[in-house]
Amino acid sequence: MTRFFNSRFMMLFGLAVAVGVLFFCMLASVRFGAAEIGTREVIETFTDYDANSEEDLIIRTLRVPRAIIAALVGASLAVAGAIMQGLTRNPLADPGILGIEAGAALAVVGAVFLFGVSSLSTYALFAFLGGGITALLVYGLGSMGRGGMTPMKLTIAGAAFTALLSSLTTAMLILNQQTLEEIRFWLAGSVAGRDLTLLLQVLPYILVGLVLSLGISRQVTTLSLGDDVAAGLGQRTGWVKAIAAVAVVLLAGSAVAIAGPIGFVGLVIPHVVRFFVGVDYRWILPYSIIVGAILLVSADIAARLVLRPQEIPVGIMTALVGAPFFIYLARWRIKR
Amino acid sequence: MIAKRWRGKKNLRGGKFSFKIDMRSVFVFIVLSALALAGIIINVGVGEYPISPPDVVRTILGIELADGNYDFIVNTLRLPRALVAFLVGLALALSGAILQGLTRNPLAAPDIIGINAGAGLAAVSLIVVFPSVSAAYIPPAAFVGACVVAALLYLIAWRGNSSPIRLILIGIGLGAIAGACTTFMITFGDIYEVSQALVWLTGSVYGRSWDEVASFLPWLIIFVPIVIFYSRHLNTLGLGDEVAVGLGSRVERQRGLLIFCSVALAASAVATAGTVGFVAFIAPHIARQLVGPNHGGLLPVSAVVGGAIVVLADLIGRTIFAPIEIPCGIITSIIGAPYFLYLLYRSSQVK
Repeated sequence: MTRFFNSRFMMLFGLAVAVGVLFFCMLASVRFGAAEIGTREVIETFTDYDANSEEDLIIRTLRVPRAIIAALVGASLAVAGAIMQGLTRNPLADPGILGIEAGAALAVVGAVFLFGVSSLSTYALFAFLGGGITALLVYGLGSMGRGGMTPMKLTIAGAAFTALLSSLTTAMLILNQQTLEEIRFWLAGSVAGRDLTLLLQVLPYILVGLVLSLGISRQVTTLSLGDDVAAGLGQRTGWVKAIAAVAVVLLAGSAVAIAGPIGFVGLVIPHVVRFFVGVDYRWILPYSIIVGAILLVSADIAARLVLRPQEIPVGIMTALVGAPFFIYLARWRIKR
Repeated sequence: MIAKRWRGKKNLRGGKFSFKIDMRSVFVFIVLSALALAGIIINVGVGEYPISPPDVVRTILGIELADGNYDFIVNTLRLPRALVAFLVGLALALSGAILQGLTRNPLAAPDIIGINAGAGLAAVSLIVVFPSVSAAYIPPAAFVGACVVAALLYLIAWRGNSSPIRLILIGIGLGAIAGACTTFMITFGDIYEVSQALVWLTGSVYGRSWDEVASFLPWLIIFVPIVIFYSRHLNTLGLGDEVAVGLGSRVERQRGLLIFCSVALAASAVATAGTVGFVAFIAPHIARQLVGPNHGGLLPVSAVVGGAIVVLADLIGRTIFAPIEIPCGIITSIIGAPYFLYLLYRSSQVK
């Protein structure tokens, strides 16, 4: 496979540029919004904080947390998607498409509906539970039958599970209009109005997930060549897969817990990144973190600006961009 | 004795055609039809104003009864509803059985290839954006939505030939787009209208009358015979494209026609009752357990199983928390989802 960056220096340079772009995007995310705030004020908020200024208050309590959360969620989803694509050798893998997000969302809605749970840290636990169980079931179903696991079977199993789980979610929402009112914006996937303390509750899980992922990046590269190859090279594939699964569930589950189900970030980013850095997951994963963050932060900006003053949930934006990409992959890139 | 008589195969020949009929399928079909009929009669009898099954039959047949209300309750209110439930299940099950046969994948169904999502988007948009428009326009809108998605699906997936797997994958993508737009509507609509839209999205046969039966029936009359007639081609196509071509099948034409039928059946069903989930997944599985994979028997049996499932789901939905009614789509999802998993588990054990 050809890659755009062909030396180690270029790779590092590219990563540095990406970080710069991310910083710029986050600055823009803080700058744009319902209340007009200039770039100078944004910088002054950090250099010279004034507790009485309304603008400083907006920036500190609303805009900055939102940008950070968008970046973290984007990074988590992109890394989860990259690991899933490597592990299953399925170019269409994504926490949304393979049903993990739908499982997490069902668990959260179920927790709100049945137990009246309302704290985010409990959301996160239910999201992990739902996401984890769904991941196992989809993987099991996708590898059932003759020929073992194939990308097609896995994707279809994921879509079937998404259909199954979201119809159960809808069922619960019909039975209880109050839950619907509370949760429908969350259910579309949004990073608006999230407090920084909420982020702190799930931050440890995200960090553990990211560290685990980066830790096994070398093994994932080997595994992406095939189970047999990896086993032949002396890898204990079972362990690697188990760790990867834990990382994926932690990352996707945390993302769903904070922001609701946001699809297609995990699908698009690894493909984009692979175009630049090739097939080595030691580069794909760090790049995915940064580029995933860039994508979600800019999607969030777009979601705020497209229908001003209305805000579109960012999950709808990513689906409208990502689903055509999915169709493109299925149509032109997948050989029968 | 009976078991022996119903085993084996019979050949029917006449002019240009000859059919091989599996007697076991015929037996299962008859038994299931009787069960479905019983289900419809019980469903008609149960309710706020209970009517005993014999009286239901008498009323339907037009025999005069002492209680003058029976005719109105049975023939005007409950019978069309039960019939719609049966027919919707029948159409969905056939649609699912065709797709599963074509793709050789037990998880294929109109639920996942975007047909339902297209119908849902059209209907929800109508409900949320134009709340004043009469509910009578929802079925045609849903039908158009489903057909638009199906046409896009075929156009995009066509690459000199149509691969069923590619169709499904692209359908999943289109479904995601339609789903995102539906979510958009749900997020911004007035909460009352959103609730209405969600009920429609889960599927319900509440308040369906003879009008719905009348507008739905032509679709079945056209497409069910075609599907049954083409079932043997489904068997050949299931062997893989190369084998099917080798056996003399015009693969693309037959597949195109079968997919068209599947879409038409699903779209008309969804337009009539909303997206009743899981019937299209489950019914073919149950049928396969009963009569095996030969589509000649599988399709009719799936159809009856599907009809019976929706009738039963509607019955449960009307009675379990009476007088509150639960849409039958919720019942099929809640009962169907775990049962579906169990079936998949079972079929994986057999292999």
